[in-house]
Amino acid sequence: MQRVVRAAAALAFVVAVSVSAYAVTDGSGDPTAVKNDDGKWTDKDGNPTFKVDADGTVDWYTYSGFIRYSSECLRCHGPDGMGSSYAPALRQSMQRLSYAEFYATVAGGKKDVTASQELVMPANGENKNVMCFIDDIYIYLRARADDAVDRGRPQKHAPKPASFTKAEDACMG
Amino acid sequence: MRLASAGFWLAITTTLSSGLLLAPANAQNAGDPLTLQANPANVASPTVSYDNHRYSALDQINAQNVGKLQVAWTFSTGVLRGNEGAPLVIGDVMYVHAPFPNTVYALDLNNDGKILWKYEPTQDPNVIPVMCCDTVNRGVAYADGKIFLHQADTTLVALDAKTGKPVWSVKTGDPGKGETGTSAPMVVGNLVYVGVSGGEFGVRGWLAAYNTSDGKQAWRAYSEGPDTDIIVDPQKTTALGKPVGPNSSLRTWQGDQWKIGGGDTWGWLAYDPKLNLVYYGSGNPSTWNPKQRPGDNKWSMTIWARDAKTGMAKWVYQMTPHDEWDYDGINEMILADITVGGKQVPALVHFDRNGFGYTLNRETGELLVAEKFDPAVNWATKVDMDPKSETYGRPLVVPKYSTDHNGEDVNTQGVCPAALGSKDEQPAAFSPDTNLFYVPTNHVCMDYEPFRVSYTAGQPYVGATLSMYPPPGQTNMGNFIAWDAGTGKIVWSDPEQFSVWSGALATKGGVVFYGTLEGYLKAVDAKTGKELYKFKTPSGIIGNVVTYEHAGKQYVAVLSGVGGWAGIGLAAGLTDPHAGLGAVGGYAALSNYTSLGGTLTVFTLPSQ
Repeated sequence: MQRVVRAAAALAFVVAVSVSAYAVTDGSGDPTAVKNDDGKWTDKDGNPTFKVDADGTVDWYTYSGFIRYSSECLRCHGPDGMGSSYAPALRQSMQRLSYAEFYATVAGGKKDVTASQELVMPANGENKNVMCFIDDIYIYLRARADDAVDRGRPQKHAPKPASFTKAEDACMG
Repeated sequence: MRLASAGFWLAITTTLSSGLLLAPANAQNAGDPLTLQANPANVASPTVSYDNHRYSALDQINAQNVGKLQVAWTFSTGVLRGNEGAPLVIGDVMYVHAPFPNTVYALDLNNDGKILWKYEPTQDPNVIPVMCCDTVNRGVAYADGKIFLHQADTTLVALDAKTGKPVWSVKTGDPGKGETGTSAPMVVGNLVYVGVSGGEFGVRGWLAAYNTSDGKQAWRAYSEGPDTDIIVDPQKTTALGKPVGPNSSLRTWQGDQWKIGGGDTWGWLAYDPKLNLVYYGSGNPSTWNPKQRPGDNKWSMTIWARDAKTGMAKWVYQMTPHDEWDYDGINEMILADITVGGKQVPALVHFDRNGFGYTLNRETGELLVAEKFDPAVNWATKVDMDPKSETYGRPLVVPKYSTDHNGEDVNTQGVCPAALGSKDEQPAAFSPDTNLFYVPTNHVCMDYEPFRVSYTAGQPYVGATLSMYPPPGQTNMGNFIAWDAGTGKIVWSDPEQFSVWSGALATKGGVVFYGTLEGYLKAVDAKTGKELYKFKTPSGIIGNVVTYEHAGKQYVAVLSGVGGWAGIGLAAGLTDPHAGLGAVGGYAALSNYTSLGGTLTVFTLPSQ
C-alpha cells in the first residue's frame, strides 16, 4: 500500500519536474522555506511553509498542524491527509490548491452534491479550534502533499516559539 | 424453534391476561411489534426483537447446507455511503432505508422486489458536515401500519406503510447545534422512542418518547443535568443497589459544563415487556479532553433502565466514569435469561466500547460479571467487583494509560482499545441454543493526546489527537468471537484482517452470520466458529445480517456499503508510529480491498 502511494507520488513528482524549474511544487508553487519569523517559515512568495531538517526534525507549525488536523479534520478526511470513504485525500488536493484557495474553502466551506454522493465541507470561519491554527494545518498538509513528512506523528519537532503561545492565547480567548 | 415461538406466545398471553404489565393498549393487534416479532418470517424491528438477540427461529438454512447458499437478488439503495442497519420484512413487503438523504423504499416480495413506493425527504445538506463520521442511518421501525424514520436533520417522521406518505412529522432536535439523527427508532405500544447523535459537537444527549398517533412528545430524558431533566427519583432510582441521591448528575460536573456534556444516545434500544423497561446506553462526555471537564461526568457512559411509559429511571450504571479515551457507551443491551454462578438470572449483557463485557441483573441493575472480551484491553486492570470497596463497580485505571493523569499536550501511547472501542455499534447476537453471544470486535490500539479546545455551537468540540494501530506484534484488526456471559470468557475467536463492523445474526440452523469490511458475508458454525460459507458483496459490510421467510423459503439479507468510522479510520490503512515504515498485514489499507457502495444482497438456497 505504502509502496503504491510512494510510486504514485514519485510519478507526480516526475511530471512536476518536467513542467517546472523547481524540485518540488504544489498548489502554492515552490514550498522551499526562505524566511523565518520566530519559527514560522514562509516561501519566496510569502506563503506559509514547512521546514524539515536533515535529521527529520520538523518546525513547530508542521507539528502543531498535525495535532490540529488530527483533531479537527481527521473525522472526515482520514488520518494523515490520506482521505477516507467520506471525504477527499487532502494530501492530493493540496497539490493543486493555493494557500488562498485552501483558506477560502476552510473558512467558507464547500458543497459538491451529486446524485450518488453529497460531499459537504462545513464553513469553519467561526470555529476557533480551526481558524486559530489554519496556517499550522496548511503547513502540515503542504508538507504531506510534498512528501516532506511521513504518515503519523512527526517524531521530532522544534520547540514551541513564544510568539506562537502569545498568538494562540489571543486567538482562543 | 417452533417450540420457542410457542413459549414466547405463551409468555405474551400470560402477561396480558395477568395484567402485570402496563400493557400497550394495542398489544394484541396484528400490527404490534411484539406480535410481529413472534413470527420468524418477519424482520419486525430494527433490532429484530425487543430483547436484541438477533436470533432467528428459521432453520431451513443450516450448518449442513449453508455452503450451497447463493445470491437470489440484489437491490441498490442509490446512495454510495456507509450503509448501516438492515431492512425490515413485514409480511410480503420489505422496507429498505438508505443513508442521507434517508430514502426509504417499500419493495414487493411477491413481485421480484418491485418498488411499491419511495420516500425521499428534502433535507438541508448543511446537516452533512455535523454528522460525525459519515451520514449513516441505522434503519426504520414499523408498528400499526406506520413506518418511523429519524432523519439526519432530526425530523422524526411517521409514514403510511402502504403509500409512503407522511402521516405526521416532528423536529426532535437542532442540527444547528450539531444534533443529528442516525439511530433506529423503537416502538412500544403507542410510543416511539428516539435518541440523538452529536457527542463530538457537545450535544447533551437525550432519549425521547413520542406518541405514535400524532407525534406529540410524551417525555424526554437527558443524560446530564438536574434531576427533573434526567428523570430520576433521587430516592428510588438506584446505582449498584443504592439510591442515586439528589443532583446525582450536577454534582459530577464543573459549573455549567453538563449543558455541553455529550452523553449521546445513538445506539440500539431494547425493551423488556415483563418489566416494562427500556434499556440503552449513553455515550462519551464532551470534550474528548478529560482535563477540561473534571468529575465523573454523570450520567455519560451509562447503562439506563427506564420505565417505558413515564421515562422514570429505575436504575443506572456508569461503566466509564470520567472518560479519557472516547469509550462511547452506546452499544446495545442484550436481554437474555442465562445462568450466572449456577443461578438463572434475568440478565442484561453489554459489550462496551471500553473492552469489558458486562452482565447485570436487568431487573435490579446489580453487577454480576465484568470481564475483558479482548485480551488486548489494557487501560484498566479490571472492574472492582467488591461491593464493600470504595471503588465498587469502577474500572481500575492503569495510570500509564490515563490521558487525564498524563495530562494535556502529552501523547499517551499504547492504549488498548482505541477510541473505536473493542466493539462499536455493530450489534452482537445471542443464541438460546448454544447460550453463547456472538460478538463482532475491533482489535485496535491507539495513542491519544488531549488538548484544550473552545466550544462553538454547531462546531466540532473534540480536543484530542489520536492514531490507531493493531496491538503490538499482531496483524489482525478484528475478531469475531463467541462469548460466555455467565463466566465472562471467550469460547472461540475467529481472527479477521479488519475490524468486524457488521451486526451478527444467530439462527436455529446452528449458523451464525456476519459481514466483513472487505465485503464478505460469512457463515460460521455456531458451536465452533468454523467458516462454512463466504461471498464477496459489492462493498464493505457495516450493515447487520438478517433472515426472513417468504413463500416458504428462507432468505438471508445484508446491506453492503463501506463507511462510518470504519471507512474513515481504516480507509487509508493504519500506521504504527513505533514500527517505522514498511508495515504490512494489520496495517493494510481498506481502500485496496473495497470501494463505496450501497447494495442489498439477498441469499437463499438453490431450489431442489
